[in-house]
Amino acid sequence: MTATVPPKAPTFLGLPTAPRGVGHLRGDQSFPDAARTALRDGQLRANLGHATTTIRNKRAKVVGEVADWEQLRAAGKALKAATMAHLDEHLEELERQVTARGGTVHWARDANEANEIVTRLVQATGTGEVVKVKSMATQEIALNEALEAVGIEVFETDLAELIVQLGEDKPSHILVPAIHKNRAEIREIFARTIPGVDPGLTDEPRQLAMAARKHLRERFLRARVAISGANFGVAETGTLTVVESEGNGRMCLTLPETLITVMGIEKVVPTWRDLEVFLQLLPRSSTGERMNPYTSTWAGVTPGDGPQEFHLVLLDNGRTAVLADEVGREALHCIRCSACLNVCPVYERAGGHAYGSVYPGPIGAILSPLLTGVEDNASLPYASSLCGACYEVCPVAIDIPSILVHLRAEHVEAQEKTTAEAVAFRALAKVMSNPRLWHLAQRASRLGRLLSRGRPTLPNALPPPISGWTRSRDLPTPPTSTFVEQWTREHRSAK
Amino acid sequence: MSAREEVLGRIRTALGATRAAVPDVVRDYRQAGEHPATGPELLDLLVDRVEDYRATVLRCAPAEVGATVRAALDQGLGAGWAAADVVVAPGLPADWRPEGCDVDDDRPPVQLADRSASVTAVAVAIAETGTLVLDGSPDCGRRALSLLPDCLVCVVTADQVVGGVPEGIGRLDPLRPLTMVSGPSATSDIELQRVEGVHGPRTLLVVLAA
Ligand code: SF4
Repeated sequence: MTATVPPKAPTFLGLPTAPRGVGHLRGDQSFPDAARTALRDGQLRANLGHATTTIRNKRAKVVGEVADWEQLRAAGKALKAATMAHLDEHLEELERQVTARGGTVHWARDANEANEIVTRLVQATGTGEVVKVKSMATQEIALNEALEAVGIEVFETDLAELIVQLGEDKPSHILVPAIHKNRAEIREIFARTIPGVDPGLTDEPRQLAMAARKHLRERFLRARVAISGANFGVAETGTLTVVESEGNGRMCLTLPETLITVMGIEKVVPTWRDLEVFLQLLPRSSTGERMNPYTSTWAGVTPGDGPQEFHLVLLDNGRTAVLADEVGREALHCIRCSACLNVCPVYERAGGHAYGSVYPGPIGAILSPLLTGVEDNASLPYASSLCGACYEVCPVAIDIPSILVHLRAEHVEAQEKTTAEAVAFRALAKVMSNPRLWHLAQRASRLGRLLSRGRPTLPNALPPPISGWTRSRDLPTPPTSTFVEQWTREHRSAK
Repeated sequence: MSAREEVLGRIRTALGATRAAVPDVVRDYRQAGEHPATGPELLDLLVDRVEDYRATVLRCAPAEVGATVRAALDQGLGAGWAAADVVVAPGLPADWRPEGCDVDDDRPPVQLADRSASVTAVAVAIAETGTLVLDGSPDCGRRALSLLPDCLVCVVTADQVVGGVPEGIGRLDPLRPLTMVSGPSATSDIELQRVEGVHGPRTLLVVLAA
């Protein structure tokens, strides 16, 4: 399948990045080009603005009631760093424990190998359809496409994923993947694609949710194979964890005879006790709830309860290349809460699709280029104003701005030829790496706003050196105040 | 080389011969809640947090559990429910069970979808987050039991209530299949409007015996 794709230069220490030609880590367009389309879509921006504001406020409220949040955050960060320092040993222990409890562990070097393993496992059961719990790792490797290519029908069961799947669309947010669709659009998708749906279906959210319940119920009850991801895998006990809200996860983890879980190797945690930290950090940061409705954990196979066949697929797909990057490695600490998306002024305007990868927002701007090699996602490290809001909210304190700067430097270094773009990028990188210069450039770009007179984008109006870059890639019209200023103002008034 | 050896080898290469020192994990976050065990403040906190998820809590004396479970079913199913529509965990104490109810056995799990309500005990309840944890022991039942019927009644006793997440995790056995339940199943996927009950039980009732 990938034989025609040219091999690419391995990055750090010769470790291979995620292969080309498979999966969803690379967009068809650069970030600025894709963002330009999104910026012209007023409805999309209104939906996104509403969503990010709502979740941001909910998060702030439930985080605010935890007196020891900073201690939990520091513990989460230290736990992840300690895990990465001995990742090989923790994975071997996880494998031992899962195997001892009746599970089977598979290792996948990359997306192609993981897809082959899962396809083989599904085919061995003789079933022609699988139910799936929302999982970033399986989206990353485009598992659905691989299964469908051999005629296996895949049912996404998370409501938002179902909307995305039925609408032949792409997810745009980690937590609420269909946030770019409004209720009327969802009703239209359901009316068109769900067989036997009530023609009187309205666009009331409860009615739409119940239509999805009815549609999926019989599939859950007849499913023989389920596929999930995992939020955490506990090495010392072999316990896997899925955190969810709707109960579709429980259906998949409980009813079918066979369960196949695809887990990125960075999701291992050393001890059961470590979950006392992550199960506090994740729900509050993610949905802004004290606890999500359902968390399921299981260790191998339990006679008489749940699937009697369990497979765990451990996925690399560029993660070891990220681990080799001493600055970038922190990106592997991410617990996929999506808090950084909801505070990011760039995400809020550009939307998730502009990032071209299943990982959007600030985490996507570092993780995607780290997984693919920066040459394949060269514009993403610039998709940020380095305002630092993502770092502030990150429950495991990933220093996203520093990694962005690091990747910018790496990208510029990698450009051997002195093209006009390379020069402009280099100048941009210099400005963006220095808070004082960046501040000045941002204020200068406000001048650009006056010049643009309400045009949606701003082709040539930025001062040098940024103009060298924006000439070929329209930059969004800058807001009336910079995000840093706005943030400072809002925070001051909140106190 | 097998994929296993190769991935492990890559990790070793990535980390280098001299690995970075493992940072100390300082666990100076709260290990326990503020309220004394089984005390009224702790139980009130649990009730407050569970109700915040729009679940219903019925409180009763330990001797009144059976009658209170019936009252909970009246609320969840409407008066006049048939005992045969209610399925209970096999290890549920006899005096907690509605008379004539169905007791779960080793039938295929999907058959539980035919029942309107299920009744189980819990292993632990975490007050600060309003979380009930079922651990697959005989009084909690297998996982499908608390999943398929549309109305779930859970009985919590005062000694099972802990303050925060660390105490809860400490009491649980990670080798058992665990289900942590915080309110009824819910989605906010459509314009962020919360809708209770997608695939899991749409109604959650908690009987708190103290
Ligand atoms: S980087 Fe941090 S804030 Fe962003 S999704 Fe990951 S854990 Fe959450």
